[in-house]
Amino acid sequence: MEISRHWRIRQQRYNLVGEICPYCEAKIFPPRDVCPDCGHEAKTEYAFSGLGEVYSYTTIYDPPAGYEEYAPYTVALIKLQEGPLVTAQMTDLGDTPVQIGMPVEMVTRRLREDGDERGILIYGYKFRPAFRN
Amino acid sequence: MYLFFLNQELTLTDKTLLKPSRPVGIIGYGAYVPRYRLPAREVARIWTAGQGGLPIKEKAVPGLDEDVVTMSIEAARNAMARAGVDPTQIRAVWVGSESHPYAVKPTSTIVAEAIGAAPRVQAADLEFACKAGSEAMVAAMGLVGSSMADYAMAIGMDTAQGKPGDALEYTAGAGGAAFLIGPAEEALVEIEGSFSYVTDTPDFWRRENQKYPEHSQRFTGEPAYFKHITEAAKALMQATNTIPADYQWAVFHQPNTKFPQKVASMLGFCKEQIAPGLLVSVIGNTYAGASLIGLTSILDVAKPGDRILMVSFGSGAGSDAFAMRVTARLPERRDLALKTSDYIARRTEIDYATYIRFRGKLAMK
Repeated sequence: MEISRHWRIRQQRYNLVGEICPYCEAKIFPPRDVCPDCGHEAKTEYAFSGLGEVYSYTTIYDPPAGYEEYAPYTVALIKLQEGPLVTAQMTDLGDTPVQIGMPVEMVTRRLREDGDERGILIYGYKFRPAFRN
Repeated sequence: MYLFFLNQELTLTDKTLLKPSRPVGIIGYGAYVPRYRLPAREVARIWTAGQGGLPIKEKAVPGLDEDVVTMSIEAARNAMARAGVDPTQIRAVWVGSESHPYAVKPTSTIVAEAIGAAPRVQAADLEFACKAGSEAMVAAMGLVGSSMADYAMAIGMDTAQGKPGDALEYTAGAGGAAFLIGPAEEALVEIEGSFSYVTDTPDFWRRENQKYPEHSQRFTGEPAYFKHITEAAKALMQATNTIPADYQWAVFHQPNTKFPQKVASMLGFCKEQIAPGLLVSVIGNTYAGASLIGLTSILDVAKPGDRILMVSFGSGAGSDAFAMRVTARLPERRDLALKTSDYIARRTEIDYATYIRFRGKLAMK
């Protein structure tokens, strides 16, 4: 059971809510309360736009436990417009090939279930090819 | 006695129309249709050796990571983008569906959290077959129209279930729409009033713990779909003193292409009036989302001053009819979110085997 952990980070997961550094204005994701650029305390919430591009990607054929039903799937490093790199699954690819530099947008999707079909459903951010390039 | 009630003429009074004392309307609207399409000919290929007529061209199928929660979130975000309202001002999030992912735990709390409406908010899931979304709209009209709240989000969304090989498997689609209801002076579309017609008619149902719904074949037409829609529409038009020619556009619940076209002609509406809202042939029957997403497609093309009639139908059975009028604000807000046609154009065709996998119909253990 890790329900409390999922619950605690739901805003970060559903809405890409991170932080902004009050000293150097660096945008921080995931939130860590300390600015990775200048080292100051950074606890001001900041909602990212969800827009970015593919920085790198790989396709998973042998998934970790809990993700079996989605394989094969693509995981990408997404360079957010505001700066940070985020690791996330790609979705809604259809027959679109993933390419480095491809514009993407955040959507909230089902990530997996906690344990088996009796567990809670875990939702969070994924990225898909941007509708409007 | 039963027949007496069925044939009872509705008597109009000044209370017939549901019309709030404070005028209300749609502040923002948003649609969602998933990417994948299952052509009806694929279902026929598997189950009828390709023989027989097809009720639609193709239906929308949700991806592996999609459900009524994720689809409602995207439609609601589109509605919020057009509304331009601070989400903390929303005082209700109501989601109507017959495919909520949990038996117990609300879809609406997850949606409310994801659009930034939580925690100062009413939230509940509604269930009334294909009428659950329009019922949420009536409830939102009441909450805003009483001045208890300024904004309420009403959503109709489904990932409809169809038994393999059943007639409904051709059409049971996925999609829907969200409407932010608020005061008429800010509205893109003013809601002039609504009228609902409800009886206990067992045309379609799904018992607890059953995967697939049952339906009573031809009984679903006359005493259910056509009776409820025509009664609701006629009473609404009488109460608002309007005739079909007063409406530029009309949208009816659309379980297949034939029923909405027939009910439109029974009521005196022409093909042109229902054309932009008739989506069933390209996305399937989206159940609680069906009439609502048809309305979003009309709003994508409607002009200020246009009047719109919307009539839902939910099995079990009932219809909600709405009379609406487009305001001058619609054209300025329309392009702030993806249009319904954008989602319909985004299309990846899948075969029956992929469909069976996407819909979780393979026994894995």
